[in-house]
Amino acid sequence: MSATGVLENASRLRAELPPDFTDGVVASLFDDADRIARRTVTADSRRARPALDQVLDRALTHRVWGFVVMGALFFGVFWFTIAGAAVPSDLLYRLLVDSGHSWLRGLFVDTGAPGWLTGLLVDGVYLGTAWVVAVMLPPMAIFFPLFTLLEDFGYLPRVAFNLDRVFARSGAHGKQSLTMMMGYGCNAAGVTATRIIDSPRERLIAIITNNFSICNGRWPTLILMGTIFIGSLVPPALAGLVAAGSVVVVAVLGIITTLVVSWGLSRTVLRGETSVYSLELPPYRPPQVWRTIYTSLIDRTFKVLRRALVMAAPAGAVIWLLSNVNVGGASLAAHLVGGLAPVGWLLGLNGIILLAYVVAIPANEIVIPTIMMLTMTLGSVQFGVQGGVMVNLPDAQAGTVLVQAGGWTLLTAVNLMLFSMLHNPCSTTVLTIWKETRSLRWTATATLLPLALAFAVTGVIAAVARLAGWA
Amino acid sequence: MNADLPLPVSRTSAELDTSGGGSCGSCALNNVANLEKLGLHSGRHDFVVALAGNPNTGKSTVFNALTGLRQHVGNWPGTTVSRAEGAYRHQGHAYQVVDLPGTYSLLSTSNDEDTARDFLLFGDPDVTVVVVDATRLERNLNLVLQILQITDRVVVALNLMDEAQRHGITVDARHLARELGVPVAPMSARRGHGIPELLDSVAQVARGGTAPRARVRQRLAPAVERAVDALAEQLVAEFPGLANSRWVALRLLEGDVSTERAVRDGTLGDVGRQHASRRDLVTAGQATS
Amino acid sequence: MTLDELPHDAEAVVTSLDGSGPERRRLMDLGLLPGIAVRAERTSPLGDPTAYRVRGSLIALRRSQARGIHVEPGVRTR
Repeated sequence: MSATGVLENASRLRAELPPDFTDGVVASLFDDADRIARRTVTADSRRARPALDQVLDRALTHRVWGFVVMGALFFGVFWFTIAGAAVPSDLLYRLLVDSGHSWLRGLFVDTGAPGWLTGLLVDGVYLGTAWVVAVMLPPMAIFFPLFTLLEDFGYLPRVAFNLDRVFARSGAHGKQSLTMMMGYGCNAAGVTATRIIDSPRERLIAIITNNFSICNGRWPTLILMGTIFIGSLVPPALAGLVAAGSVVVVAVLGIITTLVVSWGLSRTVLRGETSVYSLELPPYRPPQVWRTIYTSLIDRTFKVLRRALVMAAPAGAVIWLLSNVNVGGASLAAHLVGGLAPVGWLLGLNGIILLAYVVAIPANEIVIPTIMMLTMTLGSVQFGVQGGVMVNLPDAQAGTVLVQAGGWTLLTAVNLMLFSMLHNPCSTTVLTIWKETRSLRWTATATLLPLALAFAVTGVIAAVARLAGWA
Repeated sequence: MNADLPLPVSRTSAELDTSGGGSCGSCALNNVANLEKLGLHSGRHDFVVALAGNPNTGKSTVFNALTGLRQHVGNWPGTTVSRAEGAYRHQGHAYQVVDLPGTYSLLSTSNDEDTARDFLLFGDPDVTVVVVDATRLERNLNLVLQILQITDRVVVALNLMDEAQRHGITVDARHLARELGVPVAPMSARRGHGIPELLDSVAQVARGGTAPRARVRQRLAPAVERAVDALAEQLVAEFPGLANSRWVALRLLEGDVSTERAVRDGTLGDVGRQHASRRDLVTAGQATS
Repeated sequence: MTLDELPHDAEAVVTSLDGSGPERRRLMDLGLLPGIAVRAERTSPLGDPTAYRVRGSLIALRRSQARGIHVEPGVRTR
């Protein structure tokens, strides 16, 4: 008797059984479960739902209020993050960048360290890292616990429930909205989470479009642009609300892009039937606020921050080197920015932004510090800063630098926000996509499709804005 | 009104902890002191513990409570999609904990369910802890019963006892243990209640202290029963030492693709050999002691 | 009648399931078996899916799936 013999025998025996015998197999298990449960569980009214859950569901999945609450909650999370992070960010900036940097620089100069070493370590590595801490830690320390509280409460499946029809229409799997929510933390995590989708076709759609869920590395870019360019368009009293609103608009555009791209894919290269799915709406659970804040701070925030730091330190060094290694009378950075400038102009951006995105392929977190540093050293107005120093400035000053030295306009800011939402995933995510799909073709698609979309959208907007005379 | 019922089974360590100087209270504390969370410890381990359960039962919370890791826990299905591993030390033994994806069943074929099932079947864990939601026992028992068909080295972690209490639900854990034939540990993992009792149960099963006897045997239609018997007999002949031949036989009858693959590529044979060698070890151990 | 026709807040007992293979198995794994009581509890604000109470859990199914589940309304079991 061999293995094949066993299989042959199995199919022979199967042919003798009634075709629906497997139903009996499942049913008998549930019968046993039911019998045991009835003997073990006593409840006042076992089938009755707790009244509070019912009331909550009635409100949170209501025709009108469901969407109002959904919008208000997400807007509230962003607004709270933007408003709450401003003061601690400023404090950390003064501590780490203002005082810390000059103190460390003084220490290096006093000990007689060579200029290049001081530059590379203090102006490159230290400043890059300090910047990331100052800018990223406060918003993340607010955003993640808030988001986790919503998650622990059991709210997120209700969002998926409310929006399911939209996903069904675009040929996507109902659980794609859950993987998108993971993507709001980190796209690599979102891509891994697509394993909950059984159908390979729908899973690929979810993987390719996860990029349009704005990950934590990109929130700071959006928040900064929203704050200094969009928020400043209105009176100061409304600035915070409008800034938060602009970030929410971009996030919503991300959702719309996800749906449109999903629709496109499911009607072209990934055609097929929508598969069966079921979504469990778990009971609401009172979140344990302090424990949640503690674990999400320790777990998500510090984990993400550590990754950002690991990326920021070498990036700081790279930027310093690019700005200080001179070839033919100009720095490497100047050559690269000059080369990228025409493309940047077409997209309503500039060479510096594009170079920053190349440097930031490993981590989106360092886009803004790179842009700031390069703008201050290469911009038309010199700010008297030493070459290659990665800098942060309070928001108002950052705006001044970008406008005066970088020649930024509202178009640059808007297109940067859109580019940030659309462009290719970071290298970690690309690697994760490869691990999950094991397909060069789909990895390339998931990388290049967003990039092409980013170029197309920003290019069209730039052209239209210029034709209309807005920019 | 449930609080008035002095049911011993609904006593989680919640009550034990607050009971103060009671003898059992202190023993629970001693046991907690015995727990050394090893995090991502990858060294030598004495036992492998698999953590299974339906989605949304607090499985990851139990995992974190045991290992001291902080895997993110979300109140929605699918938070754990891949296997997470951690470790702890308890009463001098090192345990490796494998957190499996939450599944409703082991019978369907999806990526996450395959991961869970393959590990239970081919990873051959020493103990499988099935985390169940005390507020929805009936539905959760379906998975417990399926797992009991694969292995009887099972501990049921009756989690979310605090939620059950909030909803006016009482679960007779002692009766449940009798029905299932395996230890049942009532707990509220989020509050850290009941962990010591779970650790003790796991240790007992791992060391073979309590001989768990799965008492539930699936009742099948007579024709199916005969076919399963015939095929199981063949399987044991072909793969000596295969512990769960009836389960494998039933899957083959259903035409389950991944089980067919395991038969064809010999994975099943490896499992059989592992079982056989473990039995030899146990016998040898008994002979020397 | 089929499950998708079950009015809001009404209870019914599953009589049979259409379909075959893994999709059928998946519904059964959720506890949707002949003889079990289901209750239509909430419909998504966009009209689809609908969440049904099955064995104490709230499970959302799209209309296309609910159409394949035959029920007998108004019968109380257990």
